[in-house]
Amino acid sequence: MIDLDATDRAILRALQADATLKASTLGRRLGLSQPATWRRIKRLADAGIIGARKLDLDLEALGFGVTVFLGVKLGLKGRVSLDDFERAVTAIPEVQTVEHVLGLYDYRLRVVARDLPDFERVLRRRIMTLPGVGGVEANVLLSEERRPGPLG
Amino acid sequence: MLDDTDRRILRHLQADPSQPMAHLAEAAGVPLATCYKRLDRMQAQGVLRGQHLTIDWAALGYAVEVSLRITLDKTDPRAFDAFLAAAREVPEVTEIQTFLGRVDLRLAVIAKTMAHYQRIYREKILALPHIADIEALMHVATIKNQQTVPL
Repeated sequence: MIDLDATDRAILRALQADATLKASTLGRRLGLSQPATWRRIKRLADAGIIGARKLDLDLEALGFGVTVFLGVKLGLKGRVSLDDFERAVTAIPEVQTVEHVLGLYDYRLRVVARDLPDFERVLRRRIMTLPGVGGVEANVLLSEERRPGPLG
Repeated sequence: MLDDTDRRILRHLQADPSQPMAHLAEAAGVPLATCYKRLDRMQAQGVLRGQHLTIDWAALGYAVEVSLRITLDKTDPRAFDAFLAAAREVPEVTEIQTFLGRVDLRLAVIAKTMAHYQRIYREKILALPHIADIEALMHVATIKNQQTVPL
């Protein structure tokens, strides 16, 4: 694991906000040369700290007005194959994320849909029919903000 | 409004946001100039707001990730705003979501170890205002993380 200094943290914070920033622009902002900035970014990438880029889209304008988080509890523990459930749930295009969690639920899903009737269709036809599904709890997303996290 | 070409460009862009523009234009089957023009227009319209980098916190030693599902005491009309303002001040909180449903909010909290998490939970989370109930889900594994929508 590598240690980050204040400049590394500033680079990560800037890229979190805008991943398309060029090393030259970023360097100017931080008082570094373009090659020095590029070397730092490469070091962060080599250490595995730099993850995927994500598009920030206005989902409503694209016709996806509803995002719902589902807590899924599997029924009949021990007789259900987690692999079967995971394979089937991963194949649903409206399901964006699947997390295996410990607690009140076994899985946490993020689902996008055009509107509530569309969500109901996905829930009834695709989620409730998954192998092993016991209880499902739904929470409709109203707002979401990503925080920079512990970057000092 | 968006047409099929816009959607095709977005579909290919969201699959790999860091690809060079020439690749994107070829994959979407449009001339390079059209690709630039469409992306500029979608940015001006606010459909495409930008690109964020996600950080792999585990690579920085944050091995623990917990979802805290929180119900607020809504007898105080300022409960939401006061809670959100205070939650934003906790550095280990990486996501804040509000919901219509059984819970009001969710915080994603990261920590280096369970002992570290316990300290954050006791000293920072429990100090947040207007909490009526907290449920924790501990993250075990990410099975699917598709940052895209079915365009």
